[in-house]
Amino acid sequence: MEPTSSHDVPHPGASRRPSPGGRGRGTLQTLRMNGISKGFPGVKALDSVNLDLAAGEVLALVGENGAGKSTLMKILAGIYRQDAGSIEIDGEAVAFRSPRDASRHGIGIIHQELELIDTLDVAANVFLGREHTWGGIARFLDSEKMVAETGRILGRLHSTIAPRAQLRSLSLAQRQLVEIARAISLGARFLIMDEPTSSLTMAETESLFEVIRQLKADGAGIIYISHRLGEVESIADRVAVLRDGRNAGILSREEISHDRMVQLMVGRDLDDFYVASAAAGHEVCHACLELKSFRTRRYPNSEVSITVRRGEILGLAGLIGAGRSELAQAICGVDQPISGTAFIDGQVFAPKSPRDAIDRGIYLIPEDRRRFGLITEMSVRGNVTLPAVSRYTRVGWIRRGMEVTAAARAAEDLRIKVPSIEIAAASLSGGNQQKVVLAKWLALKPKLVVFDEPTRGIDVGAKAEIYRLMRKLATEGVAILMISSDMEEIMGNSDRVAVMHDGRINGVLDRSECTQEAILRLAVA
Amino acid sequence: MTRKDLGILILLIVLCAIVALRNPQFLSSANLQNMSRLIGMFGIFSIGVGIVIITGGIDLSVGSLFALLGVLMSVMLTEWRWSAIVVVAAVLLIGGGLGLLHGLLVTRLGLQPFIVTLCGLLLYRGIARYIAQDTTTGFGAEGFAWLRSSATGSLFGIPMPFVLLIAVSLVAGVVLHRSVYGRHLFAVGNNPEAARYSGIHSANVITGAYVISGGLAGLAAILIAFYTNSISPSSHGNFYELYAIAAAVLGGCSLRGGEGSIAGILIGTALLQVLRNLVNLLDIPGSLDFAVMGAVILIGVIADAISRRSSKSPRAAGRDLVKDISGR
Repeated sequence: MEPTSSHDVPHPGASRRPSPGGRGRGTLQTLRMNGISKGFPGVKALDSVNLDLAAGEVLALVGENGAGKSTLMKILAGIYRQDAGSIEIDGEAVAFRSPRDASRHGIGIIHQELELIDTLDVAANVFLGREHTWGGIARFLDSEKMVAETGRILGRLHSTIAPRAQLRSLSLAQRQLVEIARAISLGARFLIMDEPTSSLTMAETESLFEVIRQLKADGAGIIYISHRLGEVESIADRVAVLRDGRNAGILSREEISHDRMVQLMVGRDLDDFYVASAAAGHEVCHACLELKSFRTRRYPNSEVSITVRRGEILGLAGLIGAGRSELAQAICGVDQPISGTAFIDGQVFAPKSPRDAIDRGIYLIPEDRRRFGLITEMSVRGNVTLPAVSRYTRVGWIRRGMEVTAAARAAEDLRIKVPSIEIAAASLSGGNQQKVVLAKWLALKPKLVVFDEPTRGIDVGAKAEIYRLMRKLATEGVAILMISSDMEEIMGNSDRVAVMHDGRINGVLDRSECTQEAILRLAVA
Repeated sequence: MTRKDLGILILLIVLCAIVALRNPQFLSSANLQNMSRLIGMFGIFSIGVGIVIITGGIDLSVGSLFALLGVLMSVMLTEWRWSAIVVVAAVLLIGGGLGLLHGLLVTRLGLQPFIVTLCGLLLYRGIARYIAQDTTTGFGAEGFAWLRSSATGSLFGIPMPFVLLIAVSLVAGVVLHRSVYGRHLFAVGNNPEAARYSGIHSANVITGAYVISGGLAGLAAILIAFYTNSISPSSHGNFYELYAIAAAVLGGCSLRGGEGSIAGILIGTALLQVLRNLVNLLDIPGSLDFAVMGAVILIGVIADAISRRSSKSPRAAGRDLVKDISGR
């Protein structure tokens, strides 16, 4: 299919062109990661992972959210340091102490969140931090030279972006190309692309593939991380699958198929996990929230229609960027849908602000607690009572005693572990912070609670308590919409699972039909 | 009272002790009366500016507002012969109204507070000079007895402005530290997004702060006008906004927002006035008075940064320092 493909190389030293002196330091390089392990407090993110990459090869790296792909790549890019294991380039061990180190060794990373400066032009971005200068120590900018060189690199990528164009005038796809140009100008021979197509249109994706093929032909090795298995099928020479921080398998060009990848990503041992953790059966009554043809700003062309019933936990699965958080925000009045109607208990509901939603008993537990959930410098007491301080007032004057009692009771009910409710929320652990966010709402008679990634960054013990609380709310008749990228969390807690992909609901699974494979299939298709 | 308030209070006491030892005049009743009169006037508008700073904003317009309101007052009283009570109401309304305008520009149009109030600073000064035709106006030697006495009179030997400051502080203290509005103010200043997610109408809370600042500036404008008794529109109230900002920052308000207290602002105001007084009493050349103030504020801020650095990891302290410097 591609004439330059190096397909199926067991030993990355060998490649499309026979290298003159075996693995000499000629034009061809190989990159090897051996037995890489990395732990974070409470989790083992990577466990003896091996990976190798040859020049002129596209290696796709796939795995579920949390499988360890990003961690592995951050180690390769010098952002993290591994606890164990080694990295070799052309058979020589290298140690990266910083991103700069890694880039000196030819590693370039194209980030998911593009890291460029909006207010500068393309050439300035490409050469940021190592500008060409003239005039000795005066270091005047040599714009001509930078523009010329940028133009040359972009030309090689068959791009028509003007080196002097302001970055903010460029589309997302164009910015990505600028990042690639920047990596090339840094002398990158190994390029890491983290979800490069997550925000691109079909046409843009196709032209990115052209660029990738060009890079390949120029002898660069590319690690391509993606959830979109269709894309992986069409661009990858090999696929490495990670699962739970371990190697789950390597597929050669001929072996690559959608089903094989999903199989390896899920693993057999976890197949029937949900049965084991089946929650207590309970009565499910009428619809609490109903969305009809709901469209959010993020995916203006995709409509969502779902129902969340009283007393159930509806899991909302999908890949990061599928539009789930945006949906949650539109439901809870943080943002407004561009069209469509929401019904609460059969009545039309169109919140203009979070306040409107809160007044109707609809609460959002946001994904990013520190940014949206907490006033971090404020005390636990202040945070817990924030949405309804007026309950603890007499003629507008806060009765400290009433407030303290209420906050202390909430802290006790949720087992928030703090030396005093007067300490700042910032100093709490992730689990306790999340409980503070929950405590804000629980006193207020919720009708619908939307949890967005309820246990991200939380230790196992606190996780279990949050699950228990969630179930308790549901049995009390509250409707719960739980967004999660953690497959076990979805399977272990949901009564039904809706799977979202590119802004639309790809399918709703009942408890009996919901397996990891089924969810994943809907999430990537 | 926070640790920061305590530190600045100690600095204030030490300074007072030094000045009193070097020059006993410091403790004379005339000097104390005069100083507390100034503290009263400066404290009132510093509280307003401090409240705006707690929202994460800034108010640069108050100094020019004093000139504009002073000139208008002179016109209303001496030319139009309005009654004193109407004039007071008008001045407070104009002050609060301009504050409302600032607040709406900041919250509805998303303009930066610095820019909005800087334009206010330029505009109001210019309008004041135009109305007064750049000549000094005043209220004459006689008349407007109770207005005059609110600036120059005393109650049981305590200068009226200081009495008014105490009243304003009590109300502001309750509002800030005990009312729902105050709670929301700190929340919005610390994290406007999280506050919004908690159902707080951040825009209204912030607008309210500018209205309070404008209203308190109106009250201070009356006192300052009758204290000087003449208003030269090009210099009346010059740099006063900076005194207010300095007092608030010295008193523990963070320019990042979300932090501060009325007690701190009061101590900060007092410290600045003691410094001005010290320049007089210790025979330091008057031309140096800004330099002395600048130096003391700088030392205070450095001491605070160092004490925080020692209580945190150096890295975290460094981050904070960078945040402080960059303002957000």
